[in-house]
Amino acid sequence: MIALFACLLLLLIGLYAVVTKRNIIRIIIGFSLVEYAVNLFFALVGFKHNGIPPIITHLGQSRSNFVDPVPQALVLTAIVIGLATTALMLALAMRIYEKYRTFDITEIRRLKG
Amino acid sequence: MRGMSLIVQTVARLLAGMLFLFGTYIVLHGHLTPGGGFAGGVLIAAAFILVSLAFGSVEQTERNSYTLSSVVESLGGVLFVSLALAGYAAGTFFFQGAAAYGTGTPLRLISGGIILPANIAIGIKVGAGLFAVFLALGASRFVMKD
Amino acid sequence: MIELYVLLAAMIIAALVAIEIKDLLAAAVALGIVGFSVAIMFILLQAPDLAIVQIVVETLTVVFFAAVILRTTNSDTTVGGFRRELVLPTVVYVGFGLLFLLVAGQAMAGLPGFGNPTMLVAREYIALGLERTGAGNVVAAIILDFRGYDTLGEVTVLFTAVVGVLTIMRRAGRKGQGAEGRG
Repeated sequence: MIALFACLLLLLIGLYAVVTKRNIIRIIIGFSLVEYAVNLFFALVGFKHNGIPPIITHLGQSRSNFVDPVPQALVLTAIVIGLATTALMLALAMRIYEKYRTFDITEIRRLKG
Repeated sequence: MRGMSLIVQTVARLLAGMLFLFGTYIVLHGHLTPGGGFAGGVLIAAAFILVSLAFGSVEQTERNSYTLSSVVESLGGVLFVSLALAGYAAGTFFFQGAAAYGTGTPLRLISGGIILPANIAIGIKVGAGLFAVFLALGASRFVMKD
Repeated sequence: MIELYVLLAAMIIAALVAIEIKDLLAAAVALGIVGFSVAIMFILLQAPDLAIVQIVVETLTVVFFAAVILRTTNSDTTVGGFRRELVLPTVVYVGFGLLFLLVAGQAMAGLPGFGNPTMLVAREYIALGLERTGAGNVVAAIILDFRGYDTLGEVTVLFTAVVGVLTIMRRAGRKGQGAEGRG
């Protein structure tokens, strides 16, 4: 239970960066932290005491103490998607820097208006 | 000198092939051992990125590989959808892999119905897509400068 | 499972470093520490599939961050100093954080507890995975056979994200806009 709450704390740290930081790269780092926290939360929910990985290595193997494979399957694709969306955000940040010469979002808002 | 120092280039030359081979192994054994198309695809992209970072790149070659990798990425996506459509060809539903391909001998390399070809399609797609993203972000051009 | 808590503490410290340190390149490296700790935790949580993906993805994440930061700037000019426009977001954040922890505490009481997953659907998948799909890896059987539509959606999202990056970063072909915004 403490592990689950520590995981939520990591999510809140990432959310803090997203909400209060003014540097675009810092905001992207915050998004990545939120993503890691959610992925880790899924893996923690599926964990089983004395469990083994859900992989059948020989026929007739006992499958009773496999850990839950469904959260792992959900997270597996989400990790790669997270990399692609992070790259998308970084590309946007690079374009913004090329146009305004700064990563500061308040500065960008002032320059625009 | 283009790219990084001689030590980095030598190590990259030795490692890149093995990295590519390991990525292919992970893609092909995704239905038997940990791994699969997503992990192996990222490893294959990492092999290309290692070479590209260590040796730098020329503008024209980079543009060619950029176009080629985005085309290969789309082909991987098309391959994945057509594998799913093969369920219709077998007379059942979308994504009915076992009916279309058969399950094969359990725990052998050629088994797992749709899973082995779908892993290959996803590996191609993820590897080419991430390498295209890397080229688009232009990290190798930064290394070229010094 | 003491190493789990040690890693969680290390992750939280590294996350705080990542969002507070002045140098952006150091922040990206601290983000890498968090990601690799997540990979080690996946191994401890008996999820080798996730661990492999997380290790390689984290390497590429740090490479992408380094690529962008080295091509732009690595000094964060916004660190420190009191800003009036940040008062409202901070207040809203604290309020939301407290509410979130309260609701999460309530929801945790309904969960079966750490180390005892419910596994209603998963039991079926584990029992039938090898027979129905012929794959020894139950996770691969789920993502590509039982829940293939999920993976199709993820592949679509990946394709969209990659096309988005390529569209944003393309150099030629924008007609009638001059050299503006091209750096």
